[in-house]
Amino acid sequence: MKNLFKRTAAAAAAAVMAMSLAGCNNAGTSSTASDNYGGTGSGDIAGTTSGNGGKLVIGGIGPITGGAAIYGTNVKNGMQLAIDEINAAGGVNGMTLEMNFQDDEHDPEKSVTAYNNLKDKDMKLLIGTVTSGPCEAVSKEATKDNMFMITPSGSSVNAITSGDNCFRMCFNDPQQGKLEADFIAEKLSSKTKVGIIFDSSDSYSTGIKDGFKEEAAAKGLEVVVEEGFTSDSNKDFSAQIQKMVDNNIDVLFLPIYYTETALILQQAENKLDVPVVGGDGLDGLIGVLKDKVALADGVYALTPYSATASDEKSVKFTEAYKAKFPDADDPIQFAADAYDCVYAVKAAIEKADIKDANISSSELCDKLKAAMTQIEYAGVTGDSKWSADGEVTKNPRVMQIKVTDGKGSLVDL
Amino acid sequence: MRKVTKNNLITFGGTTALLAVLGVLMAMGKLNNMVSGLTVTIGIYIIASTSLNLTVGVLGELSLGHAGFMCIGAFSSATVSQMLMNVGGVPQWLVFTLAILFGAVCAAIMGVLIGIPVMRLRGDYLAIVTLGFGEIMKSLFNNIYLTQDVNGLHFGFTNPPQNIDAATKVEILRGPMGTSAPGLTNFWVVAAVLLVCLLILMMFIDSKSGRACMAVRDNYIAAQSVGINVTKFRLMAFTLSAAIAGVAGALYMHSLSNMLPKKFDYNLSILILVYVVLGGLGSLRGSIIATIILYALPELLRNINQEIVNARMLIYAIILIFLMLWKNAPFFINLREKIKAKFKKDKATDVTSGGAEA
Amino acid sequence: MSFISNLLNGISLGSIYALIALGYTMVYGIAKMLNFAHGDIIMVGGYAAFITMAATWCPLWLAMLITVAVCTVLGVVIEKVAYRPLRSAPPLAVLITAIGVSYLLQNIALLTQSANPRTFTSIAAGAPPFLQVFEGKGAVFFADNPYADEGLKPILTISMETFLAIAVSVIIMVALILFINKTKAGKAMLACSEDRGAAQLMGINVNGTISLTFAIGSALAAVAAVLMCSAYPQISPYTGSMPGIKAFVAAVFGGIGSIPGAMIGGVLLGVIEILAKFYISSQLSDAIVFLVLIVVLIVRPTGIMGKKINEKV
Repeated sequence: MKNLFKRTAAAAAAAVMAMSLAGCNNAGTSSTASDNYGGTGSGDIAGTTSGNGGKLVIGGIGPITGGAAIYGTNVKNGMQLAIDEINAAGGVNGMTLEMNFQDDEHDPEKSVTAYNNLKDKDMKLLIGTVTSGPCEAVSKEATKDNMFMITPSGSSVNAITSGDNCFRMCFNDPQQGKLEADFIAEKLSSKTKVGIIFDSSDSYSTGIKDGFKEEAAAKGLEVVVEEGFTSDSNKDFSAQIQKMVDNNIDVLFLPIYYTETALILQQAENKLDVPVVGGDGLDGLIGVLKDKVALADGVYALTPYSATASDEKSVKFTEAYKAKFPDADDPIQFAADAYDCVYAVKAAIEKADIKDANISSSELCDKLKAAMTQIEYAGVTGDSKWSADGEVTKNPRVMQIKVTDGKGSLVDL
Repeated sequence: MRKVTKNNLITFGGTTALLAVLGVLMAMGKLNNMVSGLTVTIGIYIIASTSLNLTVGVLGELSLGHAGFMCIGAFSSATVSQMLMNVGGVPQWLVFTLAILFGAVCAAIMGVLIGIPVMRLRGDYLAIVTLGFGEIMKSLFNNIYLTQDVNGLHFGFTNPPQNIDAATKVEILRGPMGTSAPGLTNFWVVAAVLLVCLLILMMFIDSKSGRACMAVRDNYIAAQSVGINVTKFRLMAFTLSAAIAGVAGALYMHSLSNMLPKKFDYNLSILILVYVVLGGLGSLRGSIIATIILYALPELLRNINQEIVNARMLIYAIILIFLMLWKNAPFFINLREKIKAKFKKDKATDVTSGGAEA
Repeated sequence: MSFISNLLNGISLGSIYALIALGYTMVYGIAKMLNFAHGDIIMVGGYAAFITMAATWCPLWLAMLITVAVCTVLGVVIEKVAYRPLRSAPPLAVLITAIGVSYLLQNIALLTQSANPRTFTSIAAGAPPFLQVFEGKGAVFFADNPYADEGLKPILTISMETFLAIAVSVIIMVALILFINKTKAGKAMLACSEDRGAAQLMGINVNGTISLTFAIGSALAAVAAVLMCSAYPQISPYTGSMPGIKAFVAAVFGGIGSIPGAMIGGVLLGVIEILAKFYISSQLSDAIVFLVLIVVLIVRPTGIMGKKINEKV
């Protein structure tokens, strides 16, 4: 019996090998090969408007399974929305865009595999990866290959430092922490005793916290308590909140995502009554709190986009997103960042005047990275410009949650 | 030839042949990017799963903390390789060899330290202690910062060290931000290390100590009564398993340009355990085959279409359950027997009819 | 005062662990398997409660009933399809199957319920806190803050959710002990856990008994799900996995297989976790919890309430 199992296993192993070797033959074939793999990017439109420029495959990588799936799903949808809009309007310079989005489970190892797979699928440029850790791993590979990449949301400093082929749509972590400290020092100037709760197992959260502390010291803010939590114990915050109460803080800084923020707000109810300032991870707060949204009244968030914001661009994007994905939840900032990434890439392609989708990815990269520093793109998440190191310049946007009649919305300050 | 020797020869020869084929194909540029990337990762996982097989299969103890040893191997080796690279002038192969060895030694030391108390426990209690150990290691490296500057090394616990000379600052360990070791791991290194590790494991299992371990596994009290120093042999096997896991960790660390301590959580331990159990307890060949299939499976599912990409972990789960049932459930065992019997019959009739024609 | 609030916070977290651990330890004690999918059954229970409670036609009691029914059926089906065929297989095979089931449930939830977490409405929503203590005014039970007009804040609060979690887990513990020691079915469970073969020879329906164990264990998971999601009001496809692991640790801590042990282990684990976070380091609390566990197991290799079993030849 055991032998039989082993034989079956060996046969299966052989089959796997055969499959992978068979896969090799597809490597490097022209972009038409990717039809078989069904990137859902253009689907119906591709047949009708496929211009003479051919199909340009845009790769995407992010977590669509696992604990961070919400971020990857939003990026994927945001990309899909932008790509379909562009294709419906006739593509870019006669080229149709096609998306191939791969799951990385928020794991650098899986992310590199996904990247390699996309290269086999004739990817010409990468939008991703979504999360910082994987982004650092993939960007090194992309630099080696001279593959153009722009991450919508990989915010750690090192996510784009491997080479000049990497760009970023959002602020980096220390930059964000600095902006938050400036905001508290200038706009909430009477609040000098700051308490921080951050995710000590997460690079995003730790990065913002470190940037914040550095600037806070320079601006005369006093960080009186700094409490961490880890992704393994992110449900109960009673001990951390108790520490904040005991230390009489003036303002609570939360450089974390909205899921944990929602829990902290609920557990701090009636215990801690201080203004809360959060990072760009807080825009989903209203959506997740639903009928308890009153708890979030007055929370400040440094976020470039929110589904409840009332400015024209945000409203237009939110409506288009909801129309395209009626079953999905309200978009979060990740979706807007990804949407902007696609349009920024489009602008760069137009600037560089690339007309042929059969261009090699390396040549495309050289042209795009020159074009990126020349374009100015007015997107959902703000008016953006890029420097040669890949960092974006845009105005920080601090919004505050206002709750009226049980409905929350983010309003600009 | 002894059955064991023959078996080992098949496993070792098969692995060598497979690696050689892959190597030739890679040198000829016939492998696509994903497959050549996967060969490295799968090789590392094979080292990890065969070493865990020593604890689970040969020693008969459930360990849920194998990732903890990989974690130590990974971060200690990264410290060495980064420091040596910063010194400069040391050839890369030497840096990497020293780093791997250091990772193995650190993991082995931790194996002894944790092994002494743990080997007093058995069964599920041992499992839970190893699980705890793995989580402690992850948590520890999440809080360790090590920075080098002109004044030497600076160590920080739970917070980055302060007062660093910014101009000469090199961050070696960065707590939750991860650690960036030089990317020294490639296919050839993994292939060579894999074969060496396999050889060591085979030699150990077939040695007097290995057989003593199996005697302890099969009957603890009987083994004790014939004078086997139970704790000594158990500790020996546990430490060897830890050391090789450390090697796997070191290779893993140097295969990606950024590694977060988060990666080495109990999910990784369980992933490797799945390979070992599906491959068959005590069978190195089984571990190798199971690792290849189960690792490659979800990755190859990427190639079908976007819907499958979303659902591939679901498919993986179903296949996992099915494989376990296929191997162990009476219903499937009977089914397999029937199919086997049918094939034999067919063959038998074929032979007779063939003979008649001739 | 902050020590007492920390202690109370610890007990409230611990009572959730205890609730989950009760189900864990029960299944382990009788079926002798680590049901790694227990945490995910809790997650399914959480979604069942979330969906039924959101439906307007469904009163609270019916929602609870449906949640318990869903989990019970799920538990029995999983046992029948995935675990029963492996009854004579090595324990590790069952463990891996349980892990497979755990992945399966998580991914089904991910595909059907999306990755976005949902905010759960507490079953005690709108109810006043169980206890509030005011400086110089004494304690107030089951009432909203009577001194709110004076701007006085309680120095100690025990929420209704905490009270419910503790009360329910104590009731369940007592009920389980009575059930196992006093009823025929319970005694059959005890017999199966002592010696499955002998129990069969005595005419006990072993398969039926194990199915019953899973039914009860999963029903307890449903109760734990509702109370956990009320105390920590958020639910996502991965909600169950970490509490599941922690509850497993709690069960081992208390002596796996022992029902009072699960209760004590759960509460102790919660208290240690909160106190470690507050007094030592919030970043290292996970490590400290596991360190204490290892020390306890080395001193008492079968947990706090576990029986010492001497191996015989």
